[in-house]
Amino acid sequence: MTEKPSVDQIREWLDAVPDPEIPVISLMDLGVIRDVAWEGDTLVVQVTPTYSGCPATSVINMDIETALRDRGIEKLELRQQLSPPWTTDWLSEKGRAALEKYGIAPPQPAGGPDRCPHCGGADLEKLSQFGSTPCKAQWRCRDCLEPFEYFKCI
Amino acid sequence: MAEVDKDKLYQFLLRMGDNTLILGHRVSEWCGHSPVLEEDIALANTALDLIGQTQMWLGYAGEVQGEGKSADDLAFLRDAWDFRNVLLVELPNGDFGRTMMRQFLYDAWSSIMLGHLQKSTDERIAAIAAKASKEAAYHVERSSGTVVGLGDGTEESHNRMQAALDYLWPYVGEMFASDEIDLAMAAAGIAPDPANLRDEYDALVGRVLDEATLAIPAGNYVHKGGRDGRMHTEHLGHLLCEMQWLQRAYPGCEW
Repeated sequence: MTEKPSVDQIREWLDAVPDPEIPVISLMDLGVIRDVAWEGDTLVVQVTPTYSGCPATSVINMDIETALRDRGIEKLELRQQLSPPWTTDWLSEKGRAALEKYGIAPPQPAGGPDRCPHCGGADLEKLSQFGSTPCKAQWRCRDCLEPFEYFKCI
Repeated sequence: MAEVDKDKLYQFLLRMGDNTLILGHRVSEWCGHSPVLEEDIALANTALDLIGQTQMWLGYAGEVQGEGKSADDLAFLRDAWDFRNVLLVELPNGDFGRTMMRQFLYDAWSSIMLGHLQKSTDERIAAIAAKASKEAAYHVERSSGTVVGLGDGTEESHNRMQAALDYLWPYVGEMFASDEIDLAMAAAGIAPDPANLRDEYDALVGRVLDEATLAIPAGNYVHKGGRDGRMHTEHLGHLLCEMQWLQRAYPGCEW
């Protein structure tokens, strides 16, 4: 590599890396990339886990590494950052919109979805506090009767 | 941070990590066996969070110990007498009601303990606690709701929840029994003295059990011996046989 790519360029590349379990949003949208910086000729990427036991964490690290190596980054260090802990407040607006379009209700401060991602109905009921991944819960819309997943607000 | 005896800090971290490891393994035993799909998924997710927390606690414990051991080494290569979890978490699952009662009794302690640990003078412990307490808050919300739903449910579910509480209650006191390790942690501002958390715990648990129409059994007897390793129940050895089997049969196996 002749010249180091800018941090903005690298963020753009990372914004093209999909979340392994919810591929409609990128790792940048998910808010798990906390910092990207050059330390000398080494690129340091700080990554925070969503849930402490989420199996996607190791896949996310591998995907970051693959994406950046493909772009010619040779010296790369991934650092795990625990504090401050990940919060759904870090989901991007673009990511929230993409989740809803995909059929997953985005997190709401009130603690539950505000509308059905299928029909927009507001008469909703919780089926289970947990769902197919640690970050989601199961809900159902009483208007269209469709079940859907809700991205838990933490 | 005040100077603290490294071995005491190591023991404290083992207590935190062994609680989450052993309970996480117990809860994972439900995977594929729960009464309904939603509960199966919920229990598996809870177990996953607990195992994730274990990696943080035992990972740090290995660093403090300074013998190059990883969280996996500590989880899979110690024998029963080296574990420091409270007896409550190693007890067999029993029926779904007993599992949820045990979960509630643990979650209530864990959510309070982690709240205090966020103010630890040890920055690493504070960071782990901040991460884990978000999960613990979610767990206690679910387990308390289930205890109320089943306790104040049908005659059958009520009787089962009362039986679970009668069985488990004598194991609660161990979570608050301080010893010299706790006092050293408290003096250094690393962790609260567990004895001081009892009022907060009784208030939370009392409120939920009231709503669940369940009565705390009479009697002060407390089963102890897990968190100081003096005497575990016979159940821990059986659990470890299953959990550690692969590393015992194929030492150093990786995938």
